[in-house]
Amino acid sequence: MIWLTWRQFRAQALVVAAAAVAMVTVLAATGARVARLGREPTTVYEQLTRADRNLFFAGIVIMAVAPAVIGAFWGATLVAKEVEAGTHRLAWNQSVTRTRWLATKLTVVVASVAAVVGVLTFAVTWWSEPLDGAQSQTHGNLPARLTPVSFAMRGIVPVGYAVLAVVLAVAIGAVLRRSVAAIALALAVVTFLQIAAALWVRPHLAPPVVRTVVLSLGTLDGIAVNGSGKVLHITARTNAPGAWVLSNRTVDAGGHAATIPSWFDTCLPPPGVGVVREEKSDLGSCLRRLTDEGYRQRVEYQPADRFWTLQLRETALLLLGSGLVTGFCFWWTRHRIS
Amino acid sequence: MSAILRAQGLGKRYRRRWALADCTLEVPPGHVTGLVGPNGAGKTTLLSLAVGMMSPTTGAIEVCGGRPAADAAQLAKVGFVAQDTPTYPTLTVAEHLRLGARLNPAWDDALARARIAQLGLDTAQRAGKLSGGQRAQLALTLGLAKRPQLLVLDEPVASLDPLARREFLQSLMEAVAEFELSVILSSHVVSDLERVCDHLVVLVDSTVRVTGEVETLLATHHRLSGPRREPHTLPADQQLISGSATDRQSTFVVRTDAPILDPAWTVSRLGLEDLVLAYLQRSNQPAPVLAAASAAGPTLLAVRR
Repeated sequence: MIWLTWRQFRAQALVVAAAAVAMVTVLAATGARVARLGREPTTVYEQLTRADRNLFFAGIVIMAVAPAVIGAFWGATLVAKEVEAGTHRLAWNQSVTRTRWLATKLTVVVASVAAVVGVLTFAVTWWSEPLDGAQSQTHGNLPARLTPVSFAMRGIVPVGYAVLAVVLAVAIGAVLRRSVAAIALALAVVTFLQIAAALWVRPHLAPPVVRTVVLSLGTLDGIAVNGSGKVLHITARTNAPGAWVLSNRTVDAGGHAATIPSWFDTCLPPPGVGVVREEKSDLGSCLRRLTDEGYRQRVEYQPADRFWTLQLRETALLLLGSGLVTGFCFWWTRHRIS
Repeated sequence: MSAILRAQGLGKRYRRRWALADCTLEVPPGHVTGLVGPNGAGKTTLLSLAVGMMSPTTGAIEVCGGRPAADAAQLAKVGFVAQDTPTYPTLTVAEHLRLGARLNPAWDDALARARIAQLGLDTAQRAGKLSGGQRAQLALTLGLAKRPQLLVLDEPVASLDPLARREFLQSLMEAVAEFELSVILSSHVVSDLERVCDHLVVLVDSTVRVTGEVETLLATHHRLSGPRREPHTLPADQQLISGSATDRQSTFVVRTDAPILDPAWTVSRLGLEDLVLAYLQRSNQPAPVLAAASAAGPTLLAVRR
């Protein structure tokens, strides 16, 4: 059974393996220099070339896409292609039960996808580590590894998505019995889950840190103003580098989310376009009045040191989901395909 | 010895439609059994249930003394050549044999290689490049080299040209003679089965119309033609299978163990195809309609399909 599985799987496995080797080679060749730059964290951003930054973001894009794509392509064909060609009637009438047939195939494909994506994410995580969250002295920065831009593209979470993508694609393929449609639907479902996880699940995997900040020139991060001079919202500094800020909003004396009082618009100095960073003589008094009226700034965030806690919890959730989908694959294959 | 296949009240429903309903059947071992019936009679469903590709909605089926596809040992007892004889297009002939060897503990590699050599197949050729007849032969080789007690074939020659049909059935017969295995073979073309089957099951609307050894069936069925007569005037030991009449003449197909003594009849024997057709006609012609129509005068009572 292992021989047959490998024989049917080897072409697609070798294509992906070749691409993975090429990518790891590029990262290994350039990684040493990035690691050297990273020893000076304060100047690393200025030292980067455009190619370095492109490679950094390429790593994010590839790790966002690879688990879903590899998983969908390897998984969707596993059952669906057999049923499409009718060859399941050949395979399942040898002296091997369907359960063992599926168990062997799933084991090989899941282990392969975990290995490939594991190697990729290890390489990308190692390469990007000196650059994650790098701040420029003057302007610009690279996203920290805890932010949604790169969290699911680092560490072990990509392996979780890859495993889930494979078993989901197997299940969808088994139900639809059409491999091309199953690839498309599996890609859509995994992409949706990646977005949904960042929006609705990950923030709650650990209770966020909540801090209430008194607004002053020292704690002010920015003020957003629309075209007609109306202040939309104020943000405060977190003083927690690399943190993933979940919310940063102004609350009233009762602790409820509040709109900025209208007098604040006219209190601001005239050139208020976009975000105000410069110290203004009367900005301090505006903020003082805001504080006197009971307004505070409430900041919720996940601190940077929770990276591995959140990684483990999200991966555990993904593997749990994969287990449930796998159970469904076995049930469906045994009872609903003929 | 007990039946190689035993079905009791067997039924299979797809959503709302019953593909097979209340089918009760016994097939004795050691025969090449032909399963015939019109398209949609439930042949493929019955065979799929027999090899365990699907589970019955109602009733029970037992094959080689066990529940189909219950475990690896049961799977090893039954070989299956599915409709359109599926093979893996990208695998070579040799790889198909390797597949068989890896997945079947009782695999007879010498048999498989001898058959492939005899057929003149290039073992390095991909199955996708084989002709339909060659692919069917490859699928048959996989089924035979597994050394099952029962080989089930679902319309194996339906898509083959006449020469390939003859060759396929010929090599099936040789294997049956050599290995003494039981075979169940379905077809909607009776002439395919006439050459190979010694046992027959006629399935119409998921009901078994007639079953028995071909020789016995041929010896006990007769076509009677003579002056017009009402069907109910036939002797009690002559079971009417089908009948047609013009205003002067009646033609009946009857089943009886006793000799036909009435001198008014011209008695002729039936071929297997005519015998099967008589049963298919009967299914289109319920008994009450037969009586009413004959009273009304010159009417063709049975409509040939």
